[in-house]
Amino acid sequence: MPHRPSRANVGRRQAANHLFSVLAILSTVLVIAPLFAILVYLLFQGVRSLNVAFFTHLPRPVGEPGGGMANSIVGSGIILALASLLGIPVGIGAGIYLQEFGGGKTLANAIRFTADVLNGVPSIVMGIAAYSLIVVPQRHFSAFAAGVALAIMMVPTVTRTTEEMLATVPNAVREAALGLGIPKWRTVMTVSLKTASPGIITGCMLAFARVAGETAPLLFTAFGNQFWPTSLNEPIAALPLQIFVYAVSPYDEWHRLAWAGALVLIVLIMVSVTLVRVVTGRGMLNGGH
Amino acid sequence: MTIQHSEMQEARAASEVRRFLMQRGSGGVADRTFAALMLGCALSIFAIVALILGILILRSRLSLHEFGFSFFLRSDWDPVRGSFGAVPFIWGTLASAFLALLIAVPLALGVAVFINEMCPRALRAPISFLTELLAAIPSVVYGLWAIFVLVPIMRRSVGPFLKKFFGWTGLFHGPNFGIGLLTASMILAIMVLPVISSIARDVIKAVPNTQREGVLALGATRWEMVRIGVLRNARIGIVGAVILGLGRALGETMAVTMVIGNHAAIPKSLFAPAYTLASVIANEFTEATGDLYLSALIEIGLALFLVTIVVNAIARLLVFMVTRGNTARAV
Repeated sequence: MPHRPSRANVGRRQAANHLFSVLAILSTVLVIAPLFAILVYLLFQGVRSLNVAFFTHLPRPVGEPGGGMANSIVGSGIILALASLLGIPVGIGAGIYLQEFGGGKTLANAIRFTADVLNGVPSIVMGIAAYSLIVVPQRHFSAFAAGVALAIMMVPTVTRTTEEMLATVPNAVREAALGLGIPKWRTVMTVSLKTASPGIITGCMLAFARVAGETAPLLFTAFGNQFWPTSLNEPIAALPLQIFVYAVSPYDEWHRLAWAGALVLIVLIMVSVTLVRVVTGRGMLNGGH
Repeated sequence: MTIQHSEMQEARAASEVRRFLMQRGSGGVADRTFAALMLGCALSIFAIVALILGILILRSRLSLHEFGFSFFLRSDWDPVRGSFGAVPFIWGTLASAFLALLIAVPLALGVAVFINEMCPRALRAPISFLTELLAAIPSVVYGLWAIFVLVPIMRRSVGPFLKKFFGWTGLFHGPNFGIGLLTASMILAIMVLPVISSIARDVIKAVPNTQREGVLALGATRWEMVRIGVLRNARIGIVGAVILGLGRALGETMAVTMVIGNHAAIPKSLFAPAYTLASVIANEFTEATGDLYLSALIEIGLALFLVTIVVNAIARLLVFMVTRGNTARAV
């Protein structure tokens, strides 16, 4: 044992202990400090820049004051609805398979593992994939391509939380349902899923919150648009995308709008995340990619 | 003995009843259709990975043919002359990720240890919630904040300070514009922190309490308890957490693109502008003229995809070994 306690170096060991305590507390402070720095500054800049026009007007050309991001907010809503519509059912289905049918099979383990790995693939890769799959053959950017890119990102998160939540449903409940002669599919849909639904909704909300702020996959799928969205088959404006474009522009007026947009985006995300946590009363923010 | 026996019998009987019911239940067409549908959803995860891989290879074949493996060894990136090499981006990506981890890992471990081993119970949930809120902030908002807050700080205070006191290391020469490798690494560090700390917290929590008690009983201080009883036992999982953070850092796009300076050359100083694999795609993809240019960018995406898959697979295995398996914990 290299760590034999001895009386000779008690002082040194105590000092190391205090140093360690101080460092651990310091690092906690250092980690939380940027959060407050970002949120406070964002709140300050964002509130100053927000007005009614931001929510009701289209963006104006450079040099003209005013204008808003109304079309980006609607566009983000459309893209996110599309992504949820495509991604959530597939994710829940895969989660049901893993928990209710997969058991400990090798296939289920492989799927589980693949989902975890897919979760770590950078979002920009999803953007290129959706571009190559949909934009290139169609020869134009589209809201649909953006929805697909985000849907792919939602699937692994929804799958894993659905599985975890279904695992908390006691087997006795399933057996009781089966014992009443209810077919398995109805047992899963009306008993297992229903029992686990608060947790599954949490998972879906978290997946939603995660993709809501994504910009990279939208760069070459949604592409952006100065006007109101009219169809899924054309380039569409999106809030994170517009924030990016305005943030890197050299114009003060656009910077102002970028801050306002960032505040709206973050309020949307924080509200859904916090709501989920309050409603379910547990820490479901695992990993938080 | 007899009680155990009868319990076992009961359990067996129950499982037989269940099997019977399941068989009867799964006999219907509806049941088989349902099972197939769910299997289809699950298999679609494989399909997604295969599809991404296939389409990226297909669309980058021009560049794959033209340059072969030398794409990853050439350091010139000149779209005008049609000459493409990925070395500056690989360099920028590795350097920024490494620096970010250098900053983030000690802090993340500090937080994880603080929350699990030192923190009063009442503060535990709020502090972990706050660190996880960091993960909920979108990349583009980090970028926005970095452009208007972090960059001026780096230009006016941190940069000159580093130059004055650490200039002798040779890492900080050249002009300091505020944007560049170091600033990108700092914002990246803030972004990977919650990933590393939340996984590290899980693996530290998985260390059995008997380990802590054993070390304490030998007369260890709290720091010695953490070092010997906790960190050493959790080290494989911690390495997994760090690698998971690495995977995140390698692929992070928007915030990095906004502050790294986007210059396709190997950076000679921490103040110098650089370029990463992800940020070159974000910046040049929609402007790429010519098929070869586009295909070279897609090849960069392919490389990013493969690297992050491997990195994540390794990390997941390591974390899995600590949190669910028992063998890995034997020191």
